[in-house]
Amino acid sequence: MSSILNKLIAVVGEDYASNRQEELFTYSKDLGTAPPQWPEYVVAPKTDKEIQKIVLLANEEKVPIVPLGGGMTLAGLALPLKGGIIIDLKRLDKIIEVNPESRYMVVEAGISNGKVTAHLHNHYPRLMHSEPGAPPAATIGGNLAIHGQGDLAHPYGFNSDMVNGMEVILPTGEMIQLGSCAVGSGWYSMQPLPDLKFFSGWNGTTGIITKVSLKLFPNKKFRDNDLFVVENEELVPEILYELTHLGMTEDLISSSAAIPPLMNKLHHISINIAGDYEEEIEFKRHMVFDVALSKFIRSGTGGIGNLAGEWPRPQVSKSSDWKKGGGFEYVGAIIPVSLYPECYRQGARISEQHDIPYTILGRVIGCSHAMMFSWSYAFNRADEETVKHARQALHETDDLVMNLNGTIWKPAVYGQRLMMDRMNKNTLELMGKIKTLLDPNGIMNPGNWEVNR
Amino acid sequence: MYTLKFHEDMCAACETHDCLVKCQHMNIDLDTAKIQMENIIKNRDSFVLHDCVTCYACEEYCPNGNHPFYLIVTRQEEHKLFPLPDPIITRGIQVGIPFRGDPDITEMSGPVLNMGVFSSLTRRVKSRLFEGLPIMSEDPRKMFHYFCQLMYLHYGKTSVINDRLEKTIQTIAAHKATEIIHFHDECYGTYTSYASAFGIDVPFKSIHLFEYLYNRLLELKDEIKPLNYTVAYQRPCSSRLSSDKHAYVSKIFDLIGVTEGKRKYVDENAMCCGSTIFSQKKEGSRKYCDNIQKLNIDDMKNANAQICVFNCPACMETIGKAVGKAGIMPLFMSDLCRLAIGEKIK
Ligand SMILES: Cc1cc2nc3c(=O)[nH]c(=O)nc-3n(C[C@H](O)[C@H](O)[C@H](O)COP(=O)(O)OP(=O)(O)OC[C@H]3O[C@@H](n4cnc5c(N)ncnc54)[C@H](O)[C@@H]3O)c2cc1C
Repeated sequence: MSSILNKLIAVVGEDYASNRQEELFTYSKDLGTAPPQWPEYVVAPKTDKEIQKIVLLANEEKVPIVPLGGGMTLAGLALPLKGGIIIDLKRLDKIIEVNPESRYMVVEAGISNGKVTAHLHNHYPRLMHSEPGAPPAATIGGNLAIHGQGDLAHPYGFNSDMVNGMEVILPTGEMIQLGSCAVGSGWYSMQPLPDLKFFSGWNGTTGIITKVSLKLFPNKKFRDNDLFVVENEELVPEILYELTHLGMTEDLISSSAAIPPLMNKLHHISINIAGDYEEEIEFKRHMVFDVALSKFIRSGTGGIGNLAGEWPRPQVSKSSDWKKGGGFEYVGAIIPVSLYPECYRQGARISEQHDIPYTILGRVIGCSHAMMFSWSYAFNRADEETVKHARQALHETDDLVMNLNGTIWKPAVYGQRLMMDRMNKNTLELMGKIKTLLDPNGIMNPGNWEVNR
Repeated sequence: MYTLKFHEDMCAACETHDCLVKCQHMNIDLDTAKIQMENIIKNRDSFVLHDCVTCYACEEYCPNGNHPFYLIVTRQEEHKLFPLPDPIITRGIQVGIPFRGDPDITEMSGPVLNMGVFSSLTRRVKSRLFEGLPIMSEDPRKMFHYFCQLMYLHYGKTSVINDRLEKTIQTIAAHKATEIIHFHDECYGTYTSYASAFGIDVPFKSIHLFEYLYNRLLELKDEIKPLNYTVAYQRPCSSRLSSDKHAYVSKIFDLIGVTEGKRKYVDENAMCCGSTIFSQKKEGSRKYCDNIQKLNIDDMKNANAQICVFNCPACMETIGKAVGKAGIMPLFMSDLCRLAIGEKIK
């Protein structure tokens, strides 16, 4: 048995470290188009102390480590591009504290969004966190590591804006704390200490997030998912502007897809309305449909597609199915809302060129401050030709995002390079310095954000 | 292209103009009704074309068996006075496009049950009530091949129905069944009322679900245990196209021992569920829809209904939840009948 494996077993026990092919196989793939990348070891620690030991071991051995949460990012971000050890964080899933009065909860970062939602639902029904539309196995840490967004993105922004504090194990093994917890004052605020936010958006290349204080928000008793439909994509930004001005809704998502036919060339704006009382819901509905959107209805350019649909959280995309074989990957971009129409048109064009039914979606972030726009490409895993087409379409979409002056979100390596090529040189240099400072041995998820290439 | 067979003379000679005078959604006196009907017939503009909420009821109110409702929606299309916003119409039209392969056509003999576009409700007919009946359109992926298209009356789009209906009829006919029981009352209305009004040939015999249920219950009479509930019946818009079958509602209720509470919105005066009214273009439609739903449910409550009996899945979808919230159990007629023969329903 290899000495690294022995040392890993010494840290976590025999059941939680492995270099067996059948186990490595599972970790060599993700759900997207990335070709398999095999790790040499996989280890599943239970505590932050164990993580520290593993990180120290990796430094000694100069072997890469790749943190893995739910592995749901699709873009190959948690695949071991340079081999090494996958650190599967799913066992790091304790709920440490819930503070209902100050509306936060402290969790270990490997906890799944599903578990957080279930816990709040069962024990604190008046509280919720911003859950991404990903399958519930997606973890809190993984989502923060890529600046994810959830179903409270419109009122409150990116999920990484909804953090009151963090504990991180640095690539050199030290544990640091960010926010009020750093001065031992509890986990209620990220401000006012000097900013040291070097961990969100870094894809696990600067440290392993181990604890998070998540902001919680009022969870109203009733939640309606209403639909407003328009044919002319140019109207979508205006409608979203009206709705964000009104400020009475939660999640706002506009989507369009070639399949099913009912969505084809139409834009379905999903509007979440929440209220503790029927009267509250009805008042909000009145303000949304009879006031804010009334002019579109009366002119016949927009209409109510559905009222009072109750959809379970999270609202996971079903677009993976259309090519059979269950594969899909998407390019996400953070764009100004005004770019929605062009992003839709160009996305439909790229999809058509690759014979993939188009699927696009834009989620409002903040008060129409930005939008996460995604272009999904379905493929049949068992048909290499369709995988190639999807991969090519993804690259073309990355190029498109740059041409439209968007910013690629959770870019795969191809997109990371495009962004770094365009990046302000001094910013890039600073990223490089930070990376070298934090990770002198270059062991953290190498291949991603290779600023010092 | 199919065209409506409408008897103008019959309408001109009509003394009641019940079609418009009885309308629950527009306040129209006899003189106005006469003028407006004439306008509509002569293809002139009429406020009726603007204000009609497309509840189908005038089809039943017409004492002459003429087709005022089909005429109104045909004219709405000709005048481009669509009741719904354009994207909702496009969406509705696209809903009906089959996209997951061709149906499996197997030959079926004897009477057959057609699920239409409600394949997802097939589990509801796994019952002794339907024992031995082959089922058509069981697969939700293929159900739009069996779509009767009649919902486009709500969209002011008879052209879509006329374009597509023949293909649906061919699909159904390809199964070679001679007698077809339609799970959805709207399908029955399509093949027995709409098709003949527009001269569309239907090569099979249609049987109304309630007629079938009644006859089947007679066969199972010894097993019926009176349910002793007070019920309200949510009569759907499409049942206005088969008012001759409406009597089966009371006949079934009598047979299974339930009593209809005394209601205002009953029989001819039944209130539409509002499934498309809420999104109509006319100002105030959403609130209006809310209001009629409230009146309808309050009326059920005043009638002390314990159960609201649904005929149409779209009505169930639209107001079933609100009915439940009002403390009245929403149930399909077929499920109510299943209870009566001692079956359990989920
Ligand atoms: C159908 C579908 C819908 C989706 N919808 C959304 C959505 O609405 N919003 C959204 O934001 N995302 C969405 N996603 C993308 C993605 O699944 C989520 O962002 C998810 O939260 C990522 O978390 P994860 O645990 O799966 O991360 P992983 O894929 O495991 O990891 C992501 C990256 O973070 C690193 N990492 C993981 N854990 C840590 C840690 N503790 N510390 C440091 N680095 C770490 C990994 O190395 C990797 O680089 C969706 C995905 C799918 C498949």
